[in-house]
Amino acid sequence: MLNRRRFLGLSAACGATLTFKSTIANAKVNSLNTKAKIIIIGAGAAGAALANRLLRRLTGAKITVIDPRKRHLYQPGLSLVAAGLAGPDYVISKTTDWLPSGVTLLDEAVAEVDPLTKTVTTQKGQTLSYDYLVVAPGLVLDHDAIEGFSLDMVGKNGIGALYAGPEYAAKTWEAAQKFTETGGTGIFTRPATEMKCAGAPLKHTFLIDDIARRAGNSSKMNMIYAANNNSLFGVPIVAEKVRMLFGERGIESVYSHVLKSIDAGKKRAVFDTPDGQKEMDYDYLHVIPPQRAPEFVRQSGLSWEERWTDQGWVEVDQYTLRHRRFGSIFAVGDVAGVPKGKTAASVKWQVPVVEDHLVASIAGKEGTQAYNGYTSCPMITRIGQAMLVEFDYKNDLVPSFPGIIAPLEELWISWLMKTVALKPTYNAMLRGQA
Amino acid sequence: MKELTFETLIAVFDEMFGASLFWALVAIAGAVTLAYIYVLIRDRHISWSKFLLAQLSMPFGAVGAVLFLQAITHSQFSDIGGPIDVIVLLGVAAVGAVGMAILVYTVDALFFRKSSAAR
Repeated sequence: MLNRRRFLGLSAACGATLTFKSTIANAKVNSLNTKAKIIIIGAGAAGAALANRLLRRLTGAKITVIDPRKRHLYQPGLSLVAAGLAGPDYVISKTTDWLPSGVTLLDEAVAEVDPLTKTVTTQKGQTLSYDYLVVAPGLVLDHDAIEGFSLDMVGKNGIGALYAGPEYAAKTWEAAQKFTETGGTGIFTRPATEMKCAGAPLKHTFLIDDIARRAGNSSKMNMIYAANNNSLFGVPIVAEKVRMLFGERGIESVYSHVLKSIDAGKKRAVFDTPDGQKEMDYDYLHVIPPQRAPEFVRQSGLSWEERWTDQGWVEVDQYTLRHRRFGSIFAVGDVAGVPKGKTAASVKWQVPVVEDHLVASIAGKEGTQAYNGYTSCPMITRIGQAMLVEFDYKNDLVPSFPGIIAPLEELWISWLMKTVALKPTYNAMLRGQA
Repeated sequence: MKELTFETLIAVFDEMFGASLFWALVAIAGAVTLAYIYVLIRDRHISWSKFLLAQLSMPFGAVGAVLFLQAITHSQFSDIGGPIDVIVLLGVAAVGAVGMAILVYTVDALFFRKSSAAR
């Protein structure tokens, strides 16, 4: 006869068995004994995820992460902050929240890497030697390259700049919100350099248009998207879809317009175009500055010499992410000189590849994994809908859920993924679990 | 998605709710399910009066689950963009309905009308 106590006892026994089995499964991960000294420059998405994964694969390795930043930013959330859909705190956490206790965090900025003597020197003068170096400091937003612009202008006089961080994204929303109420001409720009998340300028355009539309102000809006070249997006099939959506919404596109300077007082922007400089008046201007590798990367001779010469991305093999001239150096994340992949989704795909080749190298073998250029962009097209766009080096669409979630359809499920599932997945990635 | 394993899903849910809340929710869901199985075995039959009450609660669970999801994601019914969205909507509603029904039946059987349940 089953009574309540016996039933509970049986249930507890089942639970204990399950827990025991999962503990055994976790202990099965192969760990390599080594005394290797590994330095990871940068504790952002790539650095933190790699540190966690390497610690699990290696026993006895000395892993040092160098990063002066106290704050970790969940950058995919900045678009939501700049549309008033999340507060700045949504994207902020502490760098130390994501680093495992087995790694050493050195909170200093790097001044120089010497790939010949295999040393890293910090700006405070500390010199550390390494056996393997992973360069993952992220990139630098070159706001000074836009003449007449400075970050203290953001939020006032119709100027937004959501890339500059959570506080600036919130100020961007202040300016953008005013624009959605009063109307006028809104110009949404993007730089001519490589940039992180090339979908973000489009998302901001779509969201501000949608918010104005919901407020009943669409007739007062003159929305203009200024593309840096002759396409709205790097992947042709996606560019065509965006062109069609812009057409439906009445968003005008101008091509080969690169923001050169602004006159904030007159609310006038100057663009470099194939036909010379062109002035455009605005009521709201969204500025995304040119983006480059940090200075130490370029000064240390790690950059490509013949490609991206004004930007300085690290010269790596695009499939292994290993430096093409210095075999003990890898680059991962925004700073890597590969044709695509300056998103958190790219990092998720790149980190296991670097882990594979680095651990194999310590073991005296060759790694087998390859990064295919995978990048993902939940392209928000209005509040409540997005397109889950995923693609690779070949500009092929590589949907994760073929036949279920159509990549070029505006769907609620894609929006749910962006707003509900993406941040937890990102956090799990940082801990090396996803 | 690179690899969608059970461990990945657990890790993602863990991050979504925070470790303590997530495992508390899992424990509550597990406890309610166990309690439900327990009363079914104890009573050796389904009480149709309880089942009726549970069924009547289902629409509230369904609507409640959908409205809750919409509220936390700034969404509305007009965001339904394709067949998969309808399936998601129905799925969320179904989970809310079944969850509510099990909860109502179990609470009813455990804490109310015990004499008739024991029969």
